[in-house]
Amino acid sequence: MHELGVVFHVIKIVEEVAAENQLTEVESVTLELGEVSGVIESYLQNCWKWAVKKRSVILKNAALKVETVPAVTYCEDCRKVYGTIEHGKICPYCGSANTYLQRGNEFQIKEISAC
Amino acid sequence: MIDINKPWIYNENNNYFIWYNQQERAIMKEFKVIEVKRSILEDNDADAALLREELKAQGTFLLNLMSSPGAGKTTMLKRTISMLKDEMKIGIMEADIDSDVDAQAIAEAGARAIQLHTGGMCHLDASMTRQGLREFNTEDLDLVVLENVGNLVCPAEFDTGACRNVMILSVPEGDDKPLKYPLMFSVCDVVLINKTDVLPYFDFDMEKCQKYIHMRNPGAKIIPISAKNGEGFMEWAQWLREQVESWAHSR
Repeated sequence: MHELGVVFHVIKIVEEVAAENQLTEVESVTLELGEVSGVIESYLQNCWKWAVKKRSVILKNAALKVETVPAVTYCEDCRKVYGTIEHGKICPYCGSANTYLQRGNEFQIKEISAC
Repeated sequence: MIDINKPWIYNENNNYFIWYNQQERAIMKEFKVIEVKRSILEDNDADAALLREELKAQGTFLLNLMSSPGAGKTTMLKRTISMLKDEMKIGIMEADIDSDVDAQAIAEAGARAIQLHTGGMCHLDASMTRQGLREFNTEDLDLVVLENVGNLVCPAEFDTGACRNVMILSVPEGDDKPLKYPLMFSVCDVVLINKTDVLPYFDFDMEKCQKYIHMRNPGAKIIPISAKNGEGFMEWAQWLREQVESWAHSR
């Protein structure tokens, strides 16, 4: 839902990292994106292409690489884990709703390739 | 050896080189991989915490007001301003994708108003909020209300740096909204259920709605209001008054 906003954040952080490391050109940025982070990769790529050209010099030719992190939910009653996308909030093993998302809402910059 | 079909090679450090063929001269660029490991949301959270400290130092209470479009944010604010404007200095930051109709209505009600254009963005984050506050000169204000973009999804994910979060759910939207937008309801300190004046015309179950909200957020304060006829505004204004006072005194 908010791809443009997060793209601006990514640009800001990468520019900070680039300044700290005296980098002048970023070739690619790799993100770790959870399956249920609410961010859609194809929108993200479109926003990225527009924003890096408009907002940044060192990032203007940078590619965006996305690594998807699968969403996993943990059931506190039967202590099993299951895929969040398939089963949602209710545990498929015991039917409990006493569950929480273990991972899958990540939105993290993993690394950049730059010089 | 340069293989022209393969413009990159690796060296022993696993860094790779890219060959550019410019004016028959090969220019070599060495790209290295730098681990960043920074979470976008955590970054915003840190910025928001900093903004809250700044607001505390200057004694300004910032309220983040969220709802879907048309729930009655501006009408609710107009009535709130008219009740509190003699006791405190109030400013309203209107965040919209475009237009300034809301800011005009607020200025007429007696508060200072500023219109933020988000330029297509679906939410405000802490750095945008800070930027808005700076333009606004908030030092002398006791209460600033940030009227977030009308949306029940994205604004809930980004901490704006506000001291408290309030949302408006209006009767025509239905009593099942807390089930559909759980995050929004779980981040709010107060849920105002607006447009109670039209309750007779809708299948809105107030008890069920309150139960759903408390399922998501047991600590949420729920106040049914009508921005049109003023129902519930004594309780709402009192809550706001107490929050503004305790924020100013916690300095």
